[in-house]
Amino acid sequence: MSETVIKCESVYKIFGENAKKMLEESNGNVDAKTFQEKGCIVGVNNASFEVAKGEMLVVMGLSGSGKSTLLRCISRLTDATGGKIFIEGQDLLELNNKELIELRRNKMGMVFQSFALLPHKTVVENIAFPLQIKGTNTEDSINRAMEMVKLVGLDGRENYFPRELSGGQQQRVGIARSLAVEPDIWFLDEPFSALDPLIRKEMQDEFLRLQEKLQKTIMFITHDFDEALKLADRIAIMKDGIIEQLDTPANIVLNPATEYVRKFTEEVPREKVLVIEDVMDASTKDNLGDLKVSKDEIIENVAEKILTQDNLVGVVDSNNNIVGSIKPSKIIDTVFGGRKNGS
Amino acid sequence: MEYLKKYPKLFQWLFLLIVFFALCFAIDVPETYKFIRGQAEFVKDPNQSVYFFLGKEVRYYAFDVFWRLPPLLGWLPIWINDSLFFLMNEWMPMEFWNEDTQEFKTRPLLLQVSRNLTAFMTFLIELIREILLGGLETIVAFTSWDFIDAYPWLELPGLPWTIVAAGAAILSYKLSGKGLAVFAGLTMIYISIFGQWKPSMQTLSFILVAAPLSFIFGLGLGIAAYKSKRVEKALYPILLVMQTMPQYAVLVPALVLFGVGDHAAVIITMVVAVPPMILLTILGLRAIPPEVIEAGRMSGCTNWQLMLKVLIPTARRDILIGVNQVIMVCFSMAVISAFIGAKGLGFNLLLALNQLNIGLALEAGLCISLIAILLDKMSLAWANKQTDYFGNLTFFQRNKNVIFFAASFVIGIILAYVGTFIFKGSFNYLFEIPHNKGISTADFWNKGVDWIFDTFFVYIKAFNTWLIQDVLQPMRALYLRMPAVATLVLAVGAGYLIGGIRSALVVAALTLFIALSPWWDRALVTLYMATFGVVISCLIGFTVGTLCFQNKKSAAFMLGVCDIFQTFPSFVYLIPVMMLFGITDTSVLIAVIVYATIPATRYTIEGLRSVPVGLHEAATMSGVNKLQRLTKIEFPLAFPHMMLGINQTIVFALFMVIIGAFIGTEDLGQYILKALSDKNGAGIGLTLGICVAFIGLIFDNLIRTWVEKRKKHLGIA
Repeated sequence: MSETVIKCESVYKIFGENAKKMLEESNGNVDAKTFQEKGCIVGVNNASFEVAKGEMLVVMGLSGSGKSTLLRCISRLTDATGGKIFIEGQDLLELNNKELIELRRNKMGMVFQSFALLPHKTVVENIAFPLQIKGTNTEDSINRAMEMVKLVGLDGRENYFPRELSGGQQQRVGIARSLAVEPDIWFLDEPFSALDPLIRKEMQDEFLRLQEKLQKTIMFITHDFDEALKLADRIAIMKDGIIEQLDTPANIVLNPATEYVRKFTEEVPREKVLVIEDVMDASTKDNLGDLKVSKDEIIENVAEKILTQDNLVGVVDSNNNIVGSIKPSKIIDTVFGGRKNGS
Repeated sequence: MEYLKKYPKLFQWLFLLIVFFALCFAIDVPETYKFIRGQAEFVKDPNQSVYFFLGKEVRYYAFDVFWRLPPLLGWLPIWINDSLFFLMNEWMPMEFWNEDTQEFKTRPLLLQVSRNLTAFMTFLIELIREILLGGLETIVAFTSWDFIDAYPWLELPGLPWTIVAAGAAILSYKLSGKGLAVFAGLTMIYISIFGQWKPSMQTLSFILVAAPLSFIFGLGLGIAAYKSKRVEKALYPILLVMQTMPQYAVLVPALVLFGVGDHAAVIITMVVAVPPMILLTILGLRAIPPEVIEAGRMSGCTNWQLMLKVLIPTARRDILIGVNQVIMVCFSMAVISAFIGAKGLGFNLLLALNQLNIGLALEAGLCISLIAILLDKMSLAWANKQTDYFGNLTFFQRNKNVIFFAASFVIGIILAYVGTFIFKGSFNYLFEIPHNKGISTADFWNKGVDWIFDTFFVYIKAFNTWLIQDVLQPMRALYLRMPAVATLVLAVGAGYLIGGIRSALVVAALTLFIALSPWWDRALVTLYMATFGVVISCLIGFTVGTLCFQNKKSAAFMLGVCDIFQTFPSFVYLIPVMMLFGITDTSVLIAVIVYATIPATRYTIEGLRSVPVGLHEAATMSGVNKLQRLTKIEFPLAFPHMMLGINQTIVFALFMVIIGAFIGTEDLGQYILKALSDKNGAGIGLTLGICVAFIGLIFDNLIRTWVEKRKKHLGIA
């Protein structure tokens, strides 16, 4: 694994007047109900995880699950009540105001659900805003902003005001703005939730294209499980402030850790999420038929081919070495089996 | 019993009323009770007993504690007076350098501060006044009189009226468009031709100083309150009282602190105009979506950058609406502060009213209303204006307004110069038309008034007599017949039933303050006039509002009318009623009704409009007719908002009742007016003002609490 960029150690965020004192008294055993009776609301409850360089961690949860609060703790828009957060080894909570501003100006970018554009600035001025705040001169910042305008495909609209743009276009501006200072860490807080489904899909594809090029370290918040599956390297599922499970999409679908996670995965079309490697039998490498499939192939794409075979199908890695095998019936099991309701 | 369970509130109210009336009948009117009780501690009556309360002398009629509470707070005005006097004349004496005598002099700190502030304000007003009208005070301020004698050409010449008119039109065009530009031009030409130029420019210079200063202070305090909970908590009660305080009342302390003149008027106008600016600033900043603030933070803004580059520009519209409010308050103060010697249209208006020259008053009133409407529309247009991208425009397109103004500046000067040849020996009409040389319509109006009086005198008089004898006098007697204890019980009971213990305590404190002041009877008279005005206003407002609501166009038209009427400085309302009814209570009440009908109508229309479209459609699909829809759907849902309208109506009515003292009423306002000419008036004026403010706040508290509960109940909060 490459170097760790974000590291959280039992982070708590509790809203309320005596939050800090109550957290100390509880010795790390925070129960949301008892806290609520005493007038405190638990936002994040004992969150520990790491995000590696270039990795995309998607935090998934329904509204009120504390996912946005967790993100705001890590960007220090709110101060965590307890725990430690490290950004590239620096203790975030120990930074003074000046260091924090420096960190944000150079290392962090953030995209917001409601776009949060400045209504009195044009597209290009909005994108140049973080640069100008930093003190870059006007000409350089506008040039850089124009590059960003091209990157997100808004050329020709650089002198429009946010009010003159559609939701999707506004979010492109938001994305461009967050990337203007070339941050290493990219926070996205439900960036596509306010968009309608077609635009959302288009923006997701666009986002994947950008990430391929830029390779940022990303924390992406969403309440849409499909979106999480589509984008994530790893997914953290949150409920009531607690991270229920943090794993790769395939593992979450195959081995849900809790009942809550299982409910989400129930409706997921597995053949679209899982790759051959997830379901192959790595121990059996003999008696194979003629067909060979790559282990990174998504099941959906090769299911038809495999199902026409009578023999075991060989699974190969990128160097064409056989790493395992798969029975045609396994495909049927994966797609139709293991679901409780027969729908 | 079943009813009792079904409507518990109804029975609680009934019980309260029964207690109230029982108390009213149980407590007799003491034989020695006279209405002069307003001045209990000033009138020495042998029947009075003298008591000492906290070392202060209190005189009251020993037997009537239930009838009227003893004026335990009688010392308050005197104490305020003494404190003010002490602060101004004795507190913290310090050495100050005196320019004129070239030596150090010992002066109390506050007096020196007041003097310096006064000098600064005077300088600002003179500067703008002389740019508009010409003069040499500003130059003198930087040099000396000798210098001016040596170089007399340094005197500021003043702008020809043509340039000011062109400037106003061009600015209006930039802000809004052709319509407003034409209106601005016509207004300025009207003012000039009718010989009101000088007083108008004096008023304008007053506003051009008072409004920006109020804006700066209001914005600053608003930001401070937004940033710090503590500042907000400290400001809140002051803001609340200032909202319901009659503007009259603050004049008197200003007199003591800053003397007489334009500078005092500017300072006191700021005191009145800053609170709405603070409120709108806080409101605007609070309304910014939190994500925009976070976006600013994540861009790495320092606190200053966040405020200047993110918060204020984003809240621009609300802040500019605040500017609009400030300008409106400044106009109404421009008239009222004529009482403490502000020059301009207000002063002329007051003088004309005093001389009962309705024609002149009407002209001045029309001028000030026109300027008020113009500035109102201009500031609103500014608030609603969206920024446009101008990088791709040519130099001419970008600067055309400046170029046009420069051109009209040159043309205006040339015209004025040419004018010196045309109007040789007489006044240069192309430069400035003097006050008495314009066209005057005063005679026409005066004749009209005389004609109305001659023709309709019998009817007006008959109506007047009927109203006073058969309606107002009995009503007044009824109000005065209420024993203080019964009133207290009613007020506190209502507070408890509406808002629980908290409301009851607030209302009790406010009512007690008035009851323990020496002016309870006067407050009752004020209350009776306000009640009469409010009831009639609400009846008219609800009816007119409901009728206008039936049609989209008429509703929009009515709201427009309300806007314009609201722009008139309150004093202007007295002119037409004095024209018709002369100097009587009827005049005041009619002014009150006209003025207070504005919010009643506006809130009715707005309330009915706010009923969701979905509900309309649902109702239509259930097959209701128009009347059913109105009574079953629209009224119940719009009622909370209409109640807020009643709240505003009460505030408006109280304002006008107090201003009506100028015509002559026997209420609190009369004493406030008296206090203006009393050397010990500051304390009395301020206490009276607080009494009026508290009457307003009692209703404000009750109505707001009720509306909040009701809205929550209806799920439209």
